[in-house]
Amino acid sequence: MKRYVTILVLVIVSTFVIHAWLVGIGLFPTGASTQSVIIDQLFHVHIWIISFLFSLIMVTLIYSVVIFRRKKGETGEGAHLTGNSTLEIAWTGIPLMAVLVLAFVGATTLGEIRAIDPSALQVRVNAGQWFWQYQYPEYGVTSTELYLPVSKQVNLQMTSVDVIHSFWVPEFRVKQDLVPGQTTELRVTPSLIGVYKVRCAELCGLRHAYMEGLVYVVSQTDFDNWILKQQSAAPPSPELRGQQLASQYGCTNCHSIDGSAMNGPTWLRLAGSNVELTDGSTVVADDDYLRTSIISPNTQVVMGFQANVMPDFSTVLDQTMVESLIAYIKTLK
Amino acid sequence: MRKIYSIGLVRGLLWQILGTALGIGILTGIRYLMGLTAWKGESAAVFGALLGSLFFVYGIGAMDDWIKVAGGQEVHEPDESGWGSMRYFGVSLDHKVIGIQYLALSLVLMIVGGSFALIFRTELADTGMQFLTLMEYNTLMSLHGMVMIVGILVGVAAFMNYLIPMMLGARDMAFPRLNAFSFWLAVPASLILLSSMALGGFDTGWTGYPPLSARAPVGVQMFFLGVSLAGMGTVLSSLNIIATAIRMRATGMTGFRLPIFVWGSLATSLVSLTATQLIGLSFQMVMFQRLFGMGFFDPAKGGNPILFQHLFWFYSHPAVYVFVLPGLGIISELLPVFARKPLYGYKWVAISSFSIAIIGFLVWGHHMFASGMAEYLRVPFMYSTLLVAVPTGVKFFSWLGTLWRGKIEFPVPMLFVLAGIVVFLIGGLTGPPNATIATDLHLTDTYFITGHFHDTMFGGYVFPFFAAIYYWFPKMTGKRLNETLGKVHFWLMAPAFIILSTVMMRTGLLGMRRRIADYDPELYLVQDHVVMTVAGFLVAVGILVFIINTFWSLRRGEVATGNIWNSRSPEWQVPSPMPAHNYDRPFEVVGEPYDYGLPGSVYVEFKEE
Repeated sequence: MKRYVTILVLVIVSTFVIHAWLVGIGLFPTGASTQSVIIDQLFHVHIWIISFLFSLIMVTLIYSVVIFRRKKGETGEGAHLTGNSTLEIAWTGIPLMAVLVLAFVGATTLGEIRAIDPSALQVRVNAGQWFWQYQYPEYGVTSTELYLPVSKQVNLQMTSVDVIHSFWVPEFRVKQDLVPGQTTELRVTPSLIGVYKVRCAELCGLRHAYMEGLVYVVSQTDFDNWILKQQSAAPPSPELRGQQLASQYGCTNCHSIDGSAMNGPTWLRLAGSNVELTDGSTVVADDDYLRTSIISPNTQVVMGFQANVMPDFSTVLDQTMVESLIAYIKTLK
Repeated sequence: MRKIYSIGLVRGLLWQILGTALGIGILTGIRYLMGLTAWKGESAAVFGALLGSLFFVYGIGAMDDWIKVAGGQEVHEPDESGWGSMRYFGVSLDHKVIGIQYLALSLVLMIVGGSFALIFRTELADTGMQFLTLMEYNTLMSLHGMVMIVGILVGVAAFMNYLIPMMLGARDMAFPRLNAFSFWLAVPASLILLSSMALGGFDTGWTGYPPLSARAPVGVQMFFLGVSLAGMGTVLSSLNIIATAIRMRATGMTGFRLPIFVWGSLATSLVSLTATQLIGLSFQMVMFQRLFGMGFFDPAKGGNPILFQHLFWFYSHPAVYVFVLPGLGIISELLPVFARKPLYGYKWVAISSFSIAIIGFLVWGHHMFASGMAEYLRVPFMYSTLLVAVPTGVKFFSWLGTLWRGKIEFPVPMLFVLAGIVVFLIGGLTGPPNATIATDLHLTDTYFITGHFHDTMFGGYVFPFFAAIYYWFPKMTGKRLNETLGKVHFWLMAPAFIILSTVMMRTGLLGMRRRIADYDPELYLVQDHVVMTVAGFLVAVGILVFIINTFWSLRRGEVATGNIWNSRSPEWQVPSPMPAHNYDRPFEVVGEPYDYGLPGSVYVEFKEE
């Protein structure tokens, strides 16, 4: 009996010590969404469970190893205990009940973080190798940085133009993959003003590590001002706009501007040159050719390069954006 | 020259080179005759590799007997007694030789895969790219995953092949030729898998999700093909294990008198036999998508990328139970020996293995909570996933019950068993946060998963695997591994590994994503990465000590031919090393397998001549 009391006391002490340690070492980034508060509560339930079960098993294990070790000069075998059905039923039944309760709590939490606000801000998210693009259909604004008003739910309707990506802002705690050919949904309610980063969490090729973008959570006033600024901003010259787009949308990850070899043909001295295609024909790289190559990249594949590597940008770039890119490419002589 | 050619492995490799060249030639020839562009590197490489693997198995002679039987000839069992150590380098039908061949291949693969990890672990010690290119990093990271998985599958096969016939009192496996064939298929499969490095590498991770894998370099085809072939060997091998365990038991060895390791192996083999096809299928569908333009997973052609994930995880989740159930079986097998007590709740432990295997089939969706699969699937998969905790808990409580009031001894195998329990406990306890969906949305695809997964693999496989090597090495060789070096190995590896995986989990919670070649300095994780890198090297040094120990002990190890662990198991009742065809007299099971501490009882009794 004394043994069981000792173990019980040690388990209780250890549970609290481990719990304090786990909470103390700082396991979570700042919580910056209402969902993060709910999720962190569930995390803390888990931390209690982990602290208790780890203590229960480790204390008993270490106790046994110390107390029941074969002492010097001791001979003979251990006690002949083959089992105890009551105990077995108990340690099957109690954990069974516990996981059912945990699963119920888990389902409730999922319901809470998925709660739908009908007045949520709508944002369309397009991702590709390797860029993030956000469209605000209510305002006619397109941006490669995400601006969100604080304390207002945002409904992200997301898709990918090439491979699978995943939208994850660690401070928001929630994650959702972006799948080509379908639209996925993520709802977040930012709760803390600040600058965060969206980090692509699904391996998406070579530059996956660098697929990060800025997320600004701002006050409603600042958000409105930003929208106004976007709507009224004087358009830069097409060449300059094209240069910005080329880096924002990852074009220059595959197309060099200095003539070096990458996954796609270089842009240096491309405009006006003769281009040999995989079907053996040769075409002149005029405006039409460049336009087709951007919005329908598999139509004319350049000799020495693979089809199906470049995504179809027709859903991502509007007509003026394409024209700006062409204007920029023409400056690379 | 002829002498070298008589070595099976050399012959097989030569035939593989020949087959590969022939395959490339045939494909290019057909394309030329059909009037297509003759040279299509990807198709040629795939067909060449496929034919090369068949030529390897033929060249080494793993199919000779079947060809003879098909031609109406009689085949005889070869007398392998005069072959000496050369029998390990060619086709042998002896399950013990095949077991040791599997073991050697497993160690080679895991050393290769582990070295990959050391290379990219060093790269990660600081932000920015140090000495690897992004493609090199991605290839090494992807191959680390799959080479380790194949290495573990092969290692599981090693102990199942080596131990099960001896434990059952059988002369050999039910199908010795199939056994040799399954093993020799794994060799060209491993070579093909590694050849992906020479063909441009690939950047998809071991999961090979399309559309990314549909547009990766040609190397990814070798990855798909190598895994498919290795998987086929696993299916055949598990069939053999099941047939052996059902049909070839000694008199009196009823279900609940089986050694507990056999229970774990049976559960594992049932999963391997029925689920491995799905990973083969999913990979082959991507191969066909690339080779023939079949748009299974291409949304532009009406395909669905998420379908791949369902097919892939339908095997790849149960696969982790394939890896750990034999390892947990080894823990349950060795604990009674060193605690000198019966295995507590034997029947419950046996049944828990099967429960884990069966529930394991119903949980694959928990890998896909953030994937965009139908939302209503998430909650049912959470329930099924959490249920796995129940039979796993039964194992832990039974192990504690086994230690309670024992007379515990601590030779090296027992140290690894205890480390296995502790590490598997950490891996187990960090599982439920991945199951309750809301928390998993933060955790999935981060280093938390990496840490959790490595804990389950090391606790459920690596530590028990080393325990098994230290424990059965005398049975294999008649010599004992050096205890002091074994303890050095243990104390280098166990604490360093626990630190490594724990820090992994912390960085994941703080924002470290999985599979990234570089990380944001603003996460302030450089210090954690340095700790992980140092810990990784300590694990590697421990394994280096183990390798030195193996070679040293083979030459100069303490001779150990008797029952050095004082075990009740039948293989320890006869002198080591075990002769061909195992026991010279049959035995009968007359008692419980683990009745340590019951005076006068034995498990098996050998019949008189």
